[in-house]
Amino acid sequence: MIIAPFVDIGLALLVIGVAVWTSFTREAFSAVIGYVAYGLLLTLVWVRLYAVDAALTEAAVGSGMTGVLLIGAVIRLRPTQSLILREPLGLAAKLLAGLLSGAVTIAIAAVVLNLPAPPPTLAPEAAASLHTTGLGNAVTGVLLAYRAWDTFLESFVLLLALIGVWSLAQDRYWGGAPRLAGPSVASGPLTFLAQVLPPFGIVVALHILWVGADAPGGKFQAGAILAAMWIIVMTARLAAPPSINQIWLRLALIVGPAAFLLIGIAGVGLADGFLAYPEGKAKPLIIVIECFMMLSVAATLGMIVAGPPRVEALK
Amino acid sequence: MTFLLNLFSIIAISAGVVFFFAGTVGLLRFPDQLTRLHALTKVDNLGLGLVVLGLLPISGTLLGALKLVGVWLFVQLAGATATQLVAKAIRKQDQTRGQQ
Repeated sequence: MIIAPFVDIGLALLVIGVAVWTSFTREAFSAVIGYVAYGLLLTLVWVRLYAVDAALTEAAVGSGMTGVLLIGAVIRLRPTQSLILREPLGLAAKLLAGLLSGAVTIAIAAVVLNLPAPPPTLAPEAAASLHTTGLGNAVTGVLLAYRAWDTFLESFVLLLALIGVWSLAQDRYWGGAPRLAGPSVASGPLTFLAQVLPPFGIVVALHILWVGADAPGGKFQAGAILAAMWIIVMTARLAAPPSINQIWLRLALIVGPAAFLLIGIAGVGLADGFLAYPEGKAKPLIIVIECFMMLSVAATLGMIVAGPPRVEALK
Repeated sequence: MTFLLNLFSIIAISAGVVFFFAGTVGLLRFPDQLTRLHALTKVDNLGLGLVVLGLLPISGTLLGALKLVGVWLFVQLAGATATQLVAKAIRKQDQTRGQQ
């Protein structure tokens, strides 16, 4: 391919260009749109680096979910926007911010430039023993077998984020339901989208979960797609966000980490230790964990986007 | 046969690229928000449609081809919805300005 290097160089320039534009934009909403475009371009970069798993996650979580969260934040902060623009940052604060960002950039550049060439890699060993897990996708193998401990801890991080969001609730709303920003009545096109899209979205999410064992995909991407469907339905006012004291919601939030924990503890008795899988049972156990984790990821992301409860609990 | 299919792919994808280019020019040059939206939806619709059409013969499998068509349909649905919502917001903004 003669064109490929030009595509890559063009892509890299575009990423840098959008990043610079996003940093220099004064208006918060435009900056968020720039950030979403930046995430989508990064998705293409991951695809060009043959890291399709990372690309899927970047598109679904890095660009999509984070973009929705940031737009929500901008809408909530809008009353303060003109105030911020009127009072520009002092010179000292500007210098400090520039120095700190410069230091981080230099540190990262130093690390990247000092990597031994070729960089040390465990990839051949990871690929060589992948057959013991019964999986075909090395990324899923690393995430749920070799480095299960990391993934296990990560599964609680989202939950912590949700607890952080909920802790912003005012006392009188505790136990109530979140309320999404936007018009409170259903509008034609959005309602249509919210009625047509979810069946397809659910099928695509389950497909991405299922192929995750052997091809790019998995619980996180699938959970993000499910959450997106839920958010569209909530935004279109076809279903109200649930009260945060609903038992089914609480169960959905913890079922993934709980399944991971139980299977991990079972490994102490049945296999070599915590989070070890019994011989030959690795793949079915990983699929069980992934299914429950998908539910929890979807519920947690959906509730994080819905925000803290702002409607009083039903007595 | 392969030559003809390749030729078809090249022509269709090139035509799609022309539409993307024209749409981008329209987005930059058209005078008001509604006509700019119009330029954008044309690109989503025809540009992506032609690119997908050109990719069909070289997609390899029937499932791959179906997925490509699915991508086009979903972009259509999402694009049309987003455009309607943006247009509605513009109209609301104009009305409130008109009242002032």
